[in-house]
Amino acid sequence: MSRETQAMQDDEATGPAALWLLDGEALWRRDCAACHGADRMKGVAARYPALHKGKLVNLEQRINLCRVEQQKAPALAYESRELLALAAYVGRQSRGLPIAAAVNEETKSFFERGKNTFLRRQGQLNLSCAQCHDDHAGRKLAGSTIPQAHPTGYPLYRLEWQGLGSLQRRLRNCLTGMRAENYAFGAAGLLELELYLMWRARGMKLETPAVRP
Amino acid sequence: MARVVIRVPAQAKRGEVIEVRTLAAHAMETGFRRTQLGELIARDIIRSLVCTYNGVEIFRAELHPAIAANPLLAFTTVATESGTLEFRWSGDNGYAATQSVQISVV
Repeated sequence: MSRETQAMQDDEATGPAALWLLDGEALWRRDCAACHGADRMKGVAARYPALHKGKLVNLEQRINLCRVEQQKAPALAYESRELLALAAYVGRQSRGLPIAAAVNEETKSFFERGKNTFLRRQGQLNLSCAQCHDDHAGRKLAGSTIPQAHPTGYPLYRLEWQGLGSLQRRLRNCLTGMRAENYAFGAAGLLELELYLMWRARGMKLETPAVRP
Repeated sequence: MARVVIRVPAQAKRGEVIEVRTLAAHAMETGFRRTQLGELIARDIIRSLVCTYNGVEIFRAELHPAIAANPLLAFTTVATESGTLEFRWSGDNGYAATQSVQISVV
C-alpha cells in the first residue's frame, strides 16, 4: 500500500470512508441505539465470523439476523449502502484492537474446510489462493503488491471500486480472476474462507474501514 | 443522500492561512461508460463547488468527468474575521448540497 493510500486511510475526518461512517451512525441511532446504546460495540467486529445457533455468520449477517429476528424488519441486501455503512460503523469501534476470531472445537470443522479451500487448486488457471498469497506474497501482480491475505480492514474503501465493499466482494473478485466457479454472497464456502483468513490475521490490529488501492 | 463533510479549524489567528477540506458523497458517473447491454450510462457528476466567506466568494471549482467518486477538494484561505463559510455544491440531475461552518478568528 502506497503512502498516499495510507494517508487517505489515516485521514478519519475527510477520508472517503467517513461518508459511510456518518451514514452508519445515522442508521444506528435510528434503528439500533434503542437496544444497543450509542457505542457499545467495541471489540465485536474483531470476533467475527462467529457461530450463531450452530451456523457460521459474519458481521453483516449478524446485523441482518438482528433486523429479521428482533426488529421484524426485512434483511438488508448484501453490498447495499445501508448494510456496509452499519458494518463499517460497528467495525470502526474496534479499530486498533487485535483480531480474535474464535477457532475452537466448535468452529474447527468450518476452519478446516476454509483452510482446504485456501490450499485447493481451482478454476481454469488451476491456482490455489496459497500460490499467490503464501508463495508469492510481496511480489507484483499487474502492478500491485500481492498481500498476505490478512483481511484486517473490511468493509473497506477500495479505490478500484470507488466505494465501500465487503470481504466477500473481494473474495469473489479474486475467484473471478482465477476463473474459478464463484460463490453467491453469504455462501458457506465464503464464510469458511473468511474464518480461515481472520485466523491468519489473528493478533493484527483491525483497521476498519481501511482504504486499499 | 447528499452527504457532505467539511473540515475547517474552529479557531484561527487573524491573518493565519487555514486549510479547508471538503468531501461530498457522489458517484461521479462519467457518461462514457456502458452497461453490459451496450447502452450508455448517462452522465451524473457534480458540476461546481462554490465557497463564500461572510458572503464573499473565496473559492470556486468546476468539476468535470473523470474526477473520482466522492471528490475531496482542499484549499487554503486567510482567516480574516470571525464568521461563516458557506459551501454550495451543484450538479447534474438536480444535485445540490449546502452546508456552512463557523470560524472564530482571534
